[in-house]
Amino acid sequence: MNSLIFRTMAPMLAIAMVLFSIFILLRGHNAPGGGFIGGLIAAAAAAIYAMAHGVGAVRRALRFNPIVFAGFGVFLAAAAGLASIAFARPFLTGLWLPGNVFGVPGLFDIGVYFAVFGTLSAIALALEDEGEGS
Amino acid sequence: MELSFDVFAILLTFAPFAAAALAPLVSRETGPAAGWIMAIIPAGLFAAFLSLTDEAAAGQTVRVAIDWVPALGLNLSLRIDGLSLCFALLITGIGAIIILYASRYLAGDARRGRFLAVMFLFMGAMLGLVLADSMVALFAFWELTSVTSFLLIGFDRERVEARRAAFQALVVTGIGGLALLAGGVLLHLATGSWDLGRLAAFAGPLSQDAALPWITIFIVLAAFTKSAQLPFHFWLPNAMEAPVPVSAYLHSATMVQGGVYLLARMSPVIGGSQLWTILLTLFGGATLLWGALVALRQTDLKQMLAQTTLASLGLMVLLLGIGGAGAAMAVAGYLVAHALYKAALFLIAGSIETSTGTRDITALGGLRDAMTISFISAALAALSMFGLPPFLGWLAKEEIYSAAGAIGPIAMAALVLGNALLAAIALSLLIRPFFGPLKPTPQAPAEAPFSRWLGPALFGLLGFSVVFSVAGLGEVLLAPFAASVTGSAVESHLALTLDPSGLPFWLTILTWLIAGLLFWQADTVRAALIAAERRLVWSWDRGFDQAYFALVRFAALVTRLLHHGRLELYVGTLFAMLALILLVPLATMSGWPALPAWPSLRLYEWAVVAMGIVGIVMVVIARSRLFAIVALGVQGLAVALLFLLFGAPDLGFTQLMVEILSVVILTLVMTRLRLSANDPRPYEDLARDGSLALVCGGGVTLLLLKILEAPFNHRLGDFFAQNSVPLAHGRNIVNVILVDFRGLDTLGEIAVVMTAGIAILALIRRQPKPVVPAKTRRAPRKSAEAPA
Repeated sequence: MNSLIFRTMAPMLAIAMVLFSIFILLRGHNAPGGGFIGGLIAAAAAAIYAMAHGVGAVRRALRFNPIVFAGFGVFLAAAAGLASIAFARPFLTGLWLPGNVFGVPGLFDIGVYFAVFGTLSAIALALEDEGEGS
Repeated sequence: MELSFDVFAILLTFAPFAAAALAPLVSRETGPAAGWIMAIIPAGLFAAFLSLTDEAAAGQTVRVAIDWVPALGLNLSLRIDGLSLCFALLITGIGAIIILYASRYLAGDARRGRFLAVMFLFMGAMLGLVLADSMVALFAFWELTSVTSFLLIGFDRERVEARRAAFQALVVTGIGGLALLAGGVLLHLATGSWDLGRLAAFAGPLSQDAALPWITIFIVLAAFTKSAQLPFHFWLPNAMEAPVPVSAYLHSATMVQGGVYLLARMSPVIGGSQLWTILLTLFGGATLLWGALVALRQTDLKQMLAQTTLASLGLMVLLLGIGGAGAAMAVAGYLVAHALYKAALFLIAGSIETSTGTRDITALGGLRDAMTISFISAALAALSMFGLPPFLGWLAKEEIYSAAGAIGPIAMAALVLGNALLAAIALSLLIRPFFGPLKPTPQAPAEAPFSRWLGPALFGLLGFSVVFSVAGLGEVLLAPFAASVTGSAVESHLALTLDPSGLPFWLTILTWLIAGLLFWQADTVRAALIAAERRLVWSWDRGFDQAYFALVRFAALVTRLLHHGRLELYVGTLFAMLALILLVPLATMSGWPALPAWPSLRLYEWAVVAMGIVGIVMVVIARSRLFAIVALGVQGLAVALLFLLFGAPDLGFTQLMVEILSVVILTLVMTRLRLSANDPRPYEDLARDGSLALVCGGGVTLLLLKILEAPFNHRLGDFFAQNSVPLAHGRNIVNVILVDFRGLDTLGEIAVVMTAGIAILALIRRQPKPVVPAKTRRAPRKSAEAPA
């Protein structure tokens, strides 16, 4: 896209969106938000950045193939569930750190965030990838 | 039995599998000695089983059970009684000799290690089959024998015929495996037990059970496919494509006897019904005569032996159908006699082939001087097959005739005729290759090496040496076998006497006379049989091919019908199905919803609704695709706003992001697929798709209205509202449900999301290939291609 304004604004917008997505992710347990919506926002940020500066720039910024993030997310969610084994509780038992602020559900939500972000940005980037190689 | 016996029995069952793992290494490292080393395992097993004969003879059954799936009442239990012990002795005893023979037969072949490994796997499967005391374990081992015999028959995998034979055997016995599963499950439903040992106790109630005919049909079908009874007989002669040791092993002691074993094992449970008797005597008798007649027509040694195996199996099935203690004794005697002489004759046929270069009996003659030891072994085996006193084969035949006294004249005639045919073939097998003037053969005949004549000689001698302890054989081996088959103790009356006043004596004489006549006129009979065969244009073997290719063509037809590659038809089919799912239950089961009351909304709420309607109208009337995509986004935004206004901020938020990303991704898909900017379509298409869309949309609307008519159940909502904070420390109930209460669902969902992403990546990255129209794709034409 050849709009100078868009090209200048896109990185800042993307940064803001990623920060916002993390905020949404973390507040999700007590207020509207959560891993799913956060992941969607982060994927939208990646899509906007790719529109302005090309898929290559996003891929370089992400360092890994985006689908790797999705795999990491699923792994993280499953691993969070497995933490209960150490306490001889069933899989995915909600365990909390003292103070009840963060625990297994939070880690699980972060896994959801990565899974959604990774999958959607992988699809979007691959679709945008006209002739740039993947 | 003390505890250590459990370990012992488990070792017995799994030793062949361990041997299979070791076989390639031993074969590679020890060279010529490999056969001797590997044969130790089955020989040791043989000795171990031999040590148990006294207990079995005393009427004891040795049972071991390990928990497998305790929750389902399944355990891996073994049972050693007269029946399984007799089979186990044959499997391990003949197995040891076969391993020895095979490692010499394949000496210098790079595939020998693999061959021995599969042989041991097969031996283990067969041993497991006869020792298993649970229907489930029996089925598992049954299937394992099918798979391993597939590998053995198709061992020469470069040859088309071998591949076809292996595939055919797998398909036929596989069908039987399914039948066994069905029969076993029905039996379990009727009795509540998987234990073979416990099933006999249910024989009484079972005979009144309405499921009994089905159980009988399924079990008998399984046995018939495995034991190659008419009309499933065709795979067995084709399986002769296998190397000689495999044929000898499969035909004498193992594979094909699996069906006989199953029938014998099931006799005390479901035997004795009218259906059972009719099925077994009819098909057994037909197979006996068919196999013997076809065998007479052959000139290939291996084919003759294969067809006589059919006949022998038919004989045993017939006897099991007759039932009773006498028939059970006859089956036991015949099983052992047949295993010994058939293994010996197969191995000798293999030796003759490698020695002379041919197995055609019309091209062979006068080998008695060149292959003296093989000749003597063959003579011992063939005379046992002929039924000359005092060989084991004669004893078995006497038992058969004395047991058959109870049955009608037709079955008796079939038995006499079948036995006579078999005896005639025995004469041919002995006299044609070994007597007469020496005929020139492709190679000069020479005696087989020690490790290859040992087996036949041993089997031949065993068939003769019973003369020294006839009563012992009867009491130790045959009577316990018969006791297991009948379910009650059987008295052995085996004795080495000729009784000219009894019917069996004269039947034996009659058998010999017919056999002599047939042998004397063998060439005439063969010519007549060949002429008769020419008239037949159809055979079961061809029928198999026809059925198989009909299936392939049907599959291709179904694939073309459903997998046509036209996206618009896929989507159309999906939505048509959706419309049916939505509307049919509404119309037939619950009735249509009433018209809802006119909603009282505020002005700004009406504005949002109007925005959605405008969006959707724009989608429909838009000329350009891009415009339609954006308009769809507008409609989605309106829905997101409605969610926000009606108190579902999470849902509204997510809907908003989903709409934005949908617009982005749809636009990308459009550019990626290089679709033209506009979407010109003929009016028929518009009418078809439009009406489908209206029906689906209307269906969803009606369904939602119907759901809203039902009173709202607050139970779950109240539970989550009350427990969200105390149990999960979160005030956002939606999120708490997602990551905590229903975390496992979410884990599954994100796994699906990721998998779908990977699949989409694979689709997008695929290089465009020239599209092959469905019509030019061909189904495989030749039978040879299919099993490869």
